Amino acid sequence: MAGYVLKRLVAIIALTFGITVVAFLIIRLIPGDPVIAMLGTGAGDKEMIARLREQLGLTRPLHEQYFVWIGQVLRGDFGYSYANQQTVSSLIASSFPATAQLTLAALTISLIFGSAIGIIAAVRRNRAADTAGMGLALICMSIPSFWLGLLLILMFAVTWPIFDVVGGTGLKGLVLPAVTLALGTMGFNARFIRSSVIAALSQQHVVTARAKGVPEMRLFTWHVMRNALLPILTIVGLQIGQLLSGSVIVETVFSRPGIGRLLIQAILAKDYMTVQALIMMIALIYALSNFIVDILYPVLDPRIAR
Amino acid sequence: MTDSTQMPAGFAAEPDPTALPARPWSRRRALLRALRHRSLSLGLVICTVLALLAFVLPLLITIDPVAQDPMTTFSPPTATHIMGTDAFGRDLLARVLIGARTTILASLSVVLLGAFVGTAIGLVAGYSGGALGFGIMRLIDLLLAFPGILLALTVTAILGPGLVNGVFAIAAILVPVFARLVEGATVEVRNLPYVEAARCAGASQLRIILRYILPNVMSGIIVLTTTWLGIAALWITAIGFIGLGVQPPTPELGAILNDGQNYIMLAWWITVFPGLFLSLFVVSVNLIGDGLRDELDPTLNRG
Repeated sequence: MAGYVLKRLVAIIALTFGITVVAFLIIRLIPGDPVIAMLGTGAGDKEMIARLREQLGLTRPLHEQYFVWIGQVLRGDFGYSYANQQTVSSLIASSFPATAQLTLAALTISLIFGSAIGIIAAVRRNRAADTAGMGLALICMSIPSFWLGLLLILMFAVTWPIFDVVGGTGLKGLVLPAVTLALGTMGFNARFIRSSVIAALSQQHVVTARAKGVPEMRLFTWHVMRNALLPILTIVGLQIGQLLSGSVIVETVFSRPGIGRLLIQAILAKDYMTVQALIMMIALIYALSNFIVDILYPVLDPRIAR
Repeated sequence: MTDSTQMPAGFAAEPDPTALPARPWSRRRALLRALRHRSLSLGLVICTVLALLAFVLPLLITIDPVAQDPMTTFSPPTATHIMGTDAFGRDLLARVLIGARTTILASLSVVLLGAFVGTAIGLVAGYSGGALGFGIMRLIDLLLAFPGILLALTVTAILGPGLVNGVFAIAAILVPVFARLVEGATVEVRNLPYVEAARCAGASQLRIILRYILPNVMSGIIVLTTTWLGIAALWITAIGFIGLGVQPPTPELGAILNDGQNYIMLAWWITVFPGLFLSLFVVSVNLIGDGLRDELDPTLNRG
């Protein structure tokens, strides 16, 4: 167990270092002069150009630039967003809660409804409910989230105005974006849970339990679901990252003030300091959630640790 | 042995799911069996219809996706404009068909490019192994640690808006995905006796990789390519929707949907029809992908 944790720990430290290098290189890969690209060709303010150039340390060798930058990042200094006239860290701090709320809501929806559809499909395998459930799952995975969002806006703004459609931050404003974001992941979860339950149903101990007359309900909750739901944990880690990046599109459609919309605005405004910080933050959250799952998994399933 | 114990001639036509393709004609039978696969055939039918609409229909009827008509702006669907018109009075049907062509071609380019480069890297890393293979795969792991669509958006923005840049950015995201799959499969077959035999017979390394290893990893590549074709279509339209894809007035499904968002309270048809075409395309590709996975990759759970 200790060896396993140590191995994961070394891996995540190496990964964190790699992520910072890639995020660092993003600004340096901009063709031409990144300072001009960031401020726009119209910006003739010599003082601003000089200040930014110094802030980026562009005159020094690349590896020195990296260490200067990482030193700033460790002190919580992600640079200054000229497009928004404030520091990047304060921008992130003000927009992160909305995205965290959206991502968690979507994750919950996709797990609950995905499990329901997947379990029903597995139990009624190869029957009408299975076909319908898997057809629905496939359609959910295939519909572009931005189109679904637009359809929901069309539906609930015009014909049935019960939810806040755009810009809402309360619970009423959360429903439509969360459903939009959750749908694709929900389809995936339904399929995943279906095959997981089917695999668990055919295991020897389930067959034995059924043969000795364990009631179906107890068989299902006690013998099947414990084994079937465990693999879901491994995909939850991946899905936090997917939902975070999906929020980029969904927040833009619904004009929700989160880091996704912030990222798109930063990309369109060539505000690369903000882009760099956000890409790095999302990748780190992604890596960290996978790490937590990796650590948690052997606790719940002792077979893995060996 | 009496005649009664021998199988009647017609019996051989009964498909046996566990039988391996042993004789040349059984390959044709495998194809027939594949076509009987429900989701595969349904996907192929939908995909063919959509492809005919996007690629053949514009050749048969004269449509102009950029012709403006100030007299008929925001016309709802009518007999002359089946899908209505947009803010410039352009025929939406023409824009959706021509736009779908752009979207489909772009998505195909993405997966073919990504699959080709990724497969090449995976084959090299898997076959050579050692420090080179290890180094390549750690780099691949690092790239896989970034959520794909985010990196694609950022790379497109850095390269500058445009469809070609979007295609390159998404293809770059696919390279590690394919490299990881192909590397794993290559390591599995690298030291099998038949590869060893080819090596002893004096086959060159290139010949071993292309003639003996690649065919064995091919089915996985085909399944992954189909799976990612749907995702590539979603991403390429997402980039168009954000405004980083094709530039106006060229039609592309994502760009048309961006337009639709601007006029959503005024003209629902600009949003509904292009999205419907796109969703149908992705559904059909995913159906084909599911069918191919069942047929080509028996190691994956068949469910």
